[in-house]
Amino acid sequence: MESSASPETRLMKGNEALAEAAIRAGIHAYFGYPITPQSEVLEYLALEMPGRGGVLLQAESELGAINMVYGAAGAGARVMISSSSPGISLMQEGISYMASAQLPCLVVNVMRGGPGLGTIQPSQGDYFQAVKGGGHGDYHLPVLAPASVQEMVDFVFDGFRLAEKYRTPAMILADGALGQMMEKVSLPPANSLPYPEKPWATTGKPKSRERNIITSLYIEPERMEGINLQLQQKYRRMLQEVRYETIETADAEILLVAFGLSARISQKALELARARDIRVGLVRPITLYPFPTEIISALSHRVNSVLTVEMNAGQMVEDVRLAVNGHCPVYFKGRMGGMIPSPEEVLAEIEAIDAQVEQSA
Amino acid sequence: MNTAHEIIIAGFGGQGVLSMGQIIAYAAMMEEKEISWMPSYGPEMRGGTANCIVIVSPTRISSPIITQFDSAIVLNQPSLDKFGKAVKPGGLLLCERSAILSPCTRTDIEILSVPAFEEAQRLQKKQVANMIVLGAFLERRPIVSPENVLQALKKVLPERHHHLLPLNEQALQRGKELAHEFAAVNAAH
Repeated sequence: MESSASPETRLMKGNEALAEAAIRAGIHAYFGYPITPQSEVLEYLALEMPGRGGVLLQAESELGAINMVYGAAGAGARVMISSSSPGISLMQEGISYMASAQLPCLVVNVMRGGPGLGTIQPSQGDYFQAVKGGGHGDYHLPVLAPASVQEMVDFVFDGFRLAEKYRTPAMILADGALGQMMEKVSLPPANSLPYPEKPWATTGKPKSRERNIITSLYIEPERMEGINLQLQQKYRRMLQEVRYETIETADAEILLVAFGLSARISQKALELARARDIRVGLVRPITLYPFPTEIISALSHRVNSVLTVEMNAGQMVEDVRLAVNGHCPVYFKGRMGGMIPSPEEVLAEIEAIDAQVEQSA
Repeated sequence: MNTAHEIIIAGFGGQGVLSMGQIIAYAAMMEEKEISWMPSYGPEMRGGTANCIVIVSPTRISSPIITQFDSAIVLNQPSLDKFGKAVKPGGLLLCERSAILSPCTRTDIEILSVPAFEEAQRLQKKQVANMIVLGAFLERRPIVSPENVLQALKKVLPERHHHLLPLNEQALQRGKELAHEFAAVNAAH
């Protein structure tokens, strides 16, 4: 156990950095079940939490784990759960229940290639699942997409802030490469994330108030619609949390849109293209929900083409097309099943688009 | 070093290619540089090639995953076959001599071949072969200082092995000498 009064710099794997951040963010509990490529989260916490406080439990399954999260969150605990794609699929029922019961928690998906059990290599194939609901019913989660080990740390704090502010499960959508790679990270001091009041939590009924009830079951449709209206109002308020990064967009003629690891690869492609005098810019959505529609829409009036790069068959590109709304052509480059597009592959797409524009000019 | 240096280190799992990369990364961190260390992971580690991509840069690193390298360090033939062609023109290819049956014939890159396994046997510890290779590499591409490499070694080597630090230091030194010897022999030819 170490003292952690001020920020400190370390070289860490993404998964371990995220786990360390969770401890420093003051989690009361973590529930999980091992799966590659995120097992280091559970392993790190299993080593560290007994000495530093909090409950760690390796559940009998992902279903068990997510329902333990429901229980802990209902009791007012700050609680995290992590897994990788197939495990996250198993948790969807519980996540939907928590969205309905308005329970804050942080869910981390270190994505691997699918569908099915798939592969253990990195992927972004769970974009739809993460941003369009995932489980049943009309709900959304705020979704943060880290692109560096530093963001694996920072977004634990941001994730809990969002979860607790909006009383909702929040998600960090990372991938196997971000989990396994090492980078320099600056770790915030422990206990630097204040605990909000949770007057709704089931902490034992004092005489001074009515009983708190946490449920997602409302048999009368009138009441259920009321809950839905409340949720939708919350999701509209959540739009103000939109975050993105722009790189060299000022004079861009071709705009790349990519998140997470794909954004890092796209940035390298941007550098290669700029060295060949092709004016490329990049928008990196940091929140995938809410999606940075406005900036993409605004830039689509200034560029001549948009290229979306993802490690899937084309998921975020649908949201990009909605934002561009026909103002310019939207192209897509993707690899699937655990394959990662190389910067040169992305550059080839950029050059092909550039050649086409030149020809039609 | 004012520009980024992009390295691939590859060999069989167990040869210490990942820790070699970590040592470079730790040393670079002490020098306030930007770094990324990206390992291959998964079933390919057992029996096949294991590798890591290490990028050391004075500025923010874009992609941690790249396909062209300033330097390739290869400790077996499959790694040479895969990454020998991925060295940028003018770059460095460093091979473990006895592991390579069919050497690289490129003339547009610098090739350095050191008998690290044999020298490690001579030091009575075959596990330090990777440190011999690292010593040879840093002699040719001094991207981090020798002092910081020794500090980094302390971080990467588990504490229960810290009695082996002097031996590792010796191996780094031997690697440096081998790089010199290789250059001298090549100059004579």
